[in-house]
Amino acid sequence: MGLTITEKILKDHCDDKKASAGDFILARIDKCLANDITAPIAISVFDKIMEGTKKAVFDAKKIILTPDHFTPNKDVASAEQCKILRKFAQEYKIVNYFEIGRVGIEHCLIPEQGLVLPGEVFIGADSHTCTYGALGAFSTGVGSTDLGVSMALGQCWLKIPETIKIVYSGKLNKWVSGKDLILYTIAQIGVDGAIYKAIEFTGKVIENLSMANRFTMCNMAIEAGAKNGIIVPDKITKEYLQNIRHFNYKTYENDKDADYFDEIEFNCSFIEPQVAFPHSPDNAKPISEVDAIKIEIDQAVIGSCTNGRLEDLITAAKILKNQKIKSNVRCIIIPGTQKIYLDALKMGLIEIFIDAGAVVSTPTCGPCLGGHLGVLASNEVCVSTTNRNFVGRMGHKDSKIYLSNPAIAAISAIKGYITSPTYSLTK
Amino acid sequence: MKTLIGKVLKYNIKNLNTDLIIPARYLTKSDPNYLAEHCMEDLDSEFNKKKEKYNATILVADSNFGCGSSREQAPIALKAAGIKCVIAPSFARIFFRNAINIGLTILEFKEINALNTGDALEINFKDGIVKNLTSNRKYKVKKMPLFLQEIISAEGLLNFARNKILKK
Repeated sequence: MGLTITEKILKDHCDDKKASAGDFILARIDKCLANDITAPIAISVFDKIMEGTKKAVFDAKKIILTPDHFTPNKDVASAEQCKILRKFAQEYKIVNYFEIGRVGIEHCLIPEQGLVLPGEVFIGADSHTCTYGALGAFSTGVGSTDLGVSMALGQCWLKIPETIKIVYSGKLNKWVSGKDLILYTIAQIGVDGAIYKAIEFTGKVIENLSMANRFTMCNMAIEAGAKNGIIVPDKITKEYLQNIRHFNYKTYENDKDADYFDEIEFNCSFIEPQVAFPHSPDNAKPISEVDAIKIEIDQAVIGSCTNGRLEDLITAAKILKNQKIKSNVRCIIIPGTQKIYLDALKMGLIEIFIDAGAVVSTPTCGPCLGGHLGVLASNEVCVSTTNRNFVGRMGHKDSKIYLSNPAIAAISAIKGYITSPTYSLTK
Repeated sequence: MKTLIGKVLKYNIKNLNTDLIIPARYLTKSDPNYLAEHCMEDLDSEFNKKKEKYNATILVADSNFGCGSSREQAPIALKAAGIKCVIAPSFARIFFRNAINIGLTILEFKEINALNTGDALEINFKDGIVKNLTSNRKYKVKKMPLFLQEIISAEGLLNFARNKILKK
């Protein structure tokens, strides 16, 4: 029986030449990543492993540290956490430590910097590390101890996952994006629908989907419980890498007779923009149903590792141009990286946002996990382009989060209730 | 990992996520005791009180336990709160590996209907047997793969890795 792309990448990164789905392996990793929440524990694990030995990381060029969650430091405690990363980076000459002013939301920043390439094994102490599967890498989230061990050994224990293949056929409807496809998918298979499995996104619709939308889809594979999301590299992948001047990498594809755990097909012609209701990402409903019940909002957030890319900001700007955000709504827009921020500035998008009455923040995970820069009070309602709408995720445990794409969030900020540009963009 | 005897505290909830186990607002500190104080508070503000009332060391919940973020603070908070074992029909994969890596025992067990708050259990990990001493019934469970047993017998991934470094 043939192998899937995920199985092939992992097999090439371990000593067991017969390894296949279901086997435990010690994988050689190409890169590893931690942030201001997960790195402090990883560093203390690393120190304990190395106690009394000649301390050294496995490869200073392959470790990436991004203080992006509670930064710029929101309080003394988070400042202390960041200090631990900074000191470690200096001591071990970690070249890919990103200081404030250069750092961005990790899963927007790392592909932009060319720090992940097709065919690589990438682990990150952050659950949304699965984002990079969009480039045809095996990338997955792990914990801090895993990361501490990886910094010491350059290895990580993994179980080779079986793969669920999802085929997206038909044609994309107006205002339907990668975010809607993944929310729809999670609603169909459930938050544990792909537990311990790889999800491969494929089909005509994916072949024509931009990299930004592909990142969004792979980013939320974890929300279905998946170990990794993956898309086989193609022309669009190659163009993206050419633009950031990367030409040398190894691409993998599926064997013709690859063995899948399951195969599912969705006809996109029947998929509307989706909104995931509180308190679970698999609670999505089509926008036509949502618009009908006029859910009033207090806040709209456009940004995060899911939807903080330039393409997302361009979409939001199309809707916010020459419009005003409803007087009782706060609209918070967060570019994913400094480069995205600067590009948006040069394109005039930031001016559009500020004219509309939105606040534009420096890149940070901030409000997505209830950290800072947009925390919710009790009973407040937020429409957000982020990835999780769990109880208390963005602040008070009695607040409510509705997940959507950037177009829905932007038009909802103008109207004051959750709606679609299809119904509401008439002047 | 040999035998564990303890009492159950049960939440009949699916997808009990890491934001409920330890909300992100407490992640500015890594001190396990601080995390334990806030463990499960958005789900049940009485968690720590109930745990003491029933003298519970075994947490039972429904499927996909620990879904959501990669925060290792979730199993750390549970362990520091005195939980010795979590039982659920299935676990989210990052929680699963974090728990093993830090030495919090977890058990995949489908028949959680047979377990109730206050029940006393005797769990034999080596043979894969769960005995409910309160209802006096015995259940067979799936044993952990050998590879993971090695990590657990090294008392966590840290020692497993340290042994490798010292051998170099």
